[in-house]
Amino acid sequence: MNKLPRFYTFAAPSRFYRLAGWTVPWFYAVAVVFALAGLYMGFFVAPVDATQGNAYRIIFIHVPAAWMSMVLYMAMAGWAAVGWAFNARMASMLARALAPTGAAFTFLALWTGAFWGKPTWGAWWVWDARLTSELILLFLYLGFMALVEAIDDTRRADQAGALLAIVGAVNVPIIYFSVRWWNTLHQGASISMTAAPSMASTMLTSMLLMTVACWSYAFAVVFVRARAIVLERERTTEWVQTLLGSSLEGAS
Amino acid sequence: MNWNSAGEFFAMGGYGLYVWGSYGVMALWMVVEPLLAQRRFSAARLVALELETSGEWQ
Repeated sequence: MNKLPRFYTFAAPSRFYRLAGWTVPWFYAVAVVFALAGLYMGFFVAPVDATQGNAYRIIFIHVPAAWMSMVLYMAMAGWAAVGWAFNARMASMLARALAPTGAAFTFLALWTGAFWGKPTWGAWWVWDARLTSELILLFLYLGFMALVEAIDDTRRADQAGALLAIVGAVNVPIIYFSVRWWNTLHQGASISMTAAPSMASTMLTSMLLMTVACWSYAFAVVFVRARAIVLERERTTEWVQTLLGSSLEGAS
Repeated sequence: MNWNSAGEFFAMGGYGLYVWGSYGVMALWMVVEPLLAQRRFSAARLVALELETSGEWQ
């Protein structure tokens, strides 16, 4: 029974605020290093594609962005659910902090997809199952953000947002399996757990390096936003005022 | 992959618009978003600090 209370202490906004603040520079640093390595691999080591020429190099950001759009949605819905079910303030704040970054990655997945679709399919956009379900994901993110901002009572807004996020989570497996369930123009999964990788190993390495960079970037920017939300909500509490008071003394 | 010149690199075999149109927007956003998040954090900290110095929070 010793471990449980210790784990829960990180659910306290004051603990989260300090821990997250300490990790942010490291996450940014890892993101930059991995992005540089991934870009080097992607542009100077990976060979040109036999059928798509150099247009295929969009894959190194398109696939990580699309993965992040889904992963961040599940994280947002998960934390929103925890915040609602256990009345955990920090979880609800994290859900709100995740939404803009998730929406951005969704937009970027659609944008880079359009710039890849045009030279390879001849169209910026098609109403294909994969593309359409990803567009719905963008609307779910925007809907969540608009809903929680529209309700003045903070905790009620969190609950309404949680309901939307949880119901919308059904869309994530639809996106993922859309290329299998329907006959789509979009190609199948880039990485499969059951089959050997179908792309050159340098291409795969580059894509995975960029994926690590995107994860690390997402942690950093979401933590900064989450700390901002903590301050916005808890500025009248004892711990924030004590913390800021000590920082004032330190400055003078 | 060996590029013979910078011009060849930026041309991307005729796909320059698509490749750089993708990478450019993503890179731009990844500079802008951290700045926006940092600005929101600084603003929130400033408001909380004003409460602290005015002593109104109690």
